[in-house]
Amino acid sequence: MQLDVNGHAVYCYTNSRAIDPSKPSVLFIHGAGMDHTVWTLASRHFARHGNNVVSVDLPGHGRSGGPPLASVEAMAEWVISVIDALLIDQVALVGHSLGSLIALECAASQPDRVRTIALVGTTSPMPVSDAILDAAEADDHAAFDMLTQWGFSKRHQFGGNRNSGIWMIGNTLRLYERSRPGVLFHDMRACNDYTAGLAQAARVRCPTLLILGAEDRLTPVRSTRALQEAIPSPQIKVLPGAGHTIMVEAPNAMLDALHSVL
Amino acid sequence: MSAPDYPGLDTLALHAGAQPDPATGARATPIYQSASFCFPDSDYAASLFNIERAGHVYSRLSNPTNAVLEERIAALEGGVGAIATASGQAALHLAIVTLMGAGSHIVASAALYGGSHNLLSYTLPRFGIDTTFVDPRDPQAFANAIRDNTRLVFGETLGNPSLDVLNIPAIAEVAHQAGLPLMVDSTTTTPYLIKPFELGADIIQHSATKFLSGHGIVIGGLLVDSGQFDWDASGKFPTLSEPYKGFHNLVFTEEFGPAALIQRARKEGLRDFGACMSPTSAFHILQGIETLSVRMSRHVENTRTITAFLLEQDEVTRVGYPELDGHPDQALAAELLPKGCGAVFSFDLEGGREAGIAFVDALSVFSHLANIGDAKSLVIHPASTTHHRMDAEALAAGGIGEGTIRLSIGLEDPKDLIADLKQGLRAAQKAGGGSR
Repeated sequence: MQLDVNGHAVYCYTNSRAIDPSKPSVLFIHGAGMDHTVWTLASRHFARHGNNVVSVDLPGHGRSGGPPLASVEAMAEWVISVIDALLIDQVALVGHSLGSLIALECAASQPDRVRTIALVGTTSPMPVSDAILDAAEADDHAAFDMLTQWGFSKRHQFGGNRNSGIWMIGNTLRLYERSRPGVLFHDMRACNDYTAGLAQAARVRCPTLLILGAEDRLTPVRSTRALQEAIPSPQIKVLPGAGHTIMVEAPNAMLDALHSVL
Repeated sequence: MSAPDYPGLDTLALHAGAQPDPATGARATPIYQSASFCFPDSDYAASLFNIERAGHVYSRLSNPTNAVLEERIAALEGGVGAIATASGQAALHLAIVTLMGAGSHIVASAALYGGSHNLLSYTLPRFGIDTTFVDPRDPQAFANAIRDNTRLVFGETLGNPSLDVLNIPAIAEVAHQAGLPLMVDSTTTTPYLIKPFELGADIIQHSATKFLSGHGIVIGGLLVDSGQFDWDASGKFPTLSEPYKGFHNLVFTEEFGPAALIQRARKEGLRDFGACMSPTSAFHILQGIETLSVRMSRHVENTRTITAFLLEQDEVTRVGYPELDGHPDQALAAELLPKGCGAVFSFDLEGGREAGIAFVDALSVFSHLANIGDAKSLVIHPASTTHHRMDAEALAAGGIGEGTIRLSIGLEDPKDLIADLKQGLRAAQKAGGGSR
């Protein structure tokens, strides 16, 4: 589905369905340098389970136009603009990595619009190494390589995808390579600069689920302690064997976990 | 801090796609010889049918053993995904029928495996898909042959049987400028000798029967998608970029991004045409791939020894190996194939057809059969076997003469291969009136 938000074309995957005001809505937010296709399995699943699904391409990503946004706060405002444009009153937000910070910010700043959040491969703060930032700023392929390799658990460096025939490392690398110049840098800097996460987490009142990869090397489980303590009564699901790219590494376990809040 | 290295080719050849078996801990990839797989409950079943979960339904569509092979070849080639098929021909057919329908056109190298030539030249026209064959050494000929309805450019990394080295970067540029993908058959080169995706190709086809397996005990094919071609930008591939009624109006580029081609090939072509690989075949091919580098380096080493021997023989009028002086692609081979030009090559015998037949019949270590890429050395006389359907003009266009002999050099001790070849040359000399 194509929308116009703030004068720019916006693409949302909706499983080829119009938004039905009688159904609950789930909005999926991808991570840095990615697009809506990372949520294909999950969005198809929750569409069949009676939800409006909206899997967005953030500005400047995938099929959406406009420049990439500079901060998590701006991205959160943009998400609210999208649900405004779709005439959705309240939404469940599922976000991965950068997308999880956007979901968190939305829940804290717009509590009336967000009924639950699921934060996948998350932590806060989410500092990004200088090596990744520098490479991303230079549009150096090394940024894609670092994020791809560290984004998967050590065991998944050799694949083992349950989704037949897809080389998970190759497909993820290709998604990064499709991102427009400068987009990954904007995203990584937004992650790095979002320092309000813990304070905003304390303001969250909706049901919150954290889905973490037990072998995540970009946002390790141990780094999430402060976030877990800041959010009132979060549910925590740690998925064995998964790294940071949970939608690919543990797609079925992630779906099962999401059912606890969706 | 720098990016960590990706695993190397030899490591991927042993490990990619595989984990210790989750059910038993088996270190080797088990053969899941099962037609179908149980659903834990009805919702789980529905989610598998609707592409919501990862898993297996029916082995025509996917199978755990095949999945390891598919991921391994995709990793070795640097693609996004792959499909294991019943044969190399099935892989070629699957690619074509996924990309186009009746009224479409292909531009292909004239130097193709005979089976591929048959498919393109005689069979597909019955279904409304025509092919123009062009000189594989002339990128401009590819450009000139492209029409409005062209949907694929196709060639072999090393053309059969004269080993024309396909100028992948130049021909990929021609294809891409026309909004078309380049598909290459890399059967004789394998990812050990060349990485076509790094050179600009978009799709790779393998007959896994050959060097990937090495043992000559299975028939199998592999179709690999680079994920690099932008199907939406091209606008010429509605099977990928427009709603598919056969799957609830799914738009493959929209839902699968870089993996659109390989997903459509599985969801439609594998489902409907059904040319899937047996899990036992996938297991055997995996065993072969584990030793790919070790075997390929020895294949090339033996081939260099044998070509050097043949060059010295009076009965031999030509040895067609791209590393040799006089081969028209020597410089290109050095650039694109620095580790070697494979182990299949042809040479011409003085004395024509009679000499060729006598030569083949006199060999005992070389096996006379219609295959290549076995660990054992193989020989064939193309004009009377693999290319017998081609007329003289078509044979000449493919660089084949009546005295042309094709060898596939195996892993035997090279002194025994040379002794066998000497026996054949003596027989050829008697039959064809050679100079000695």
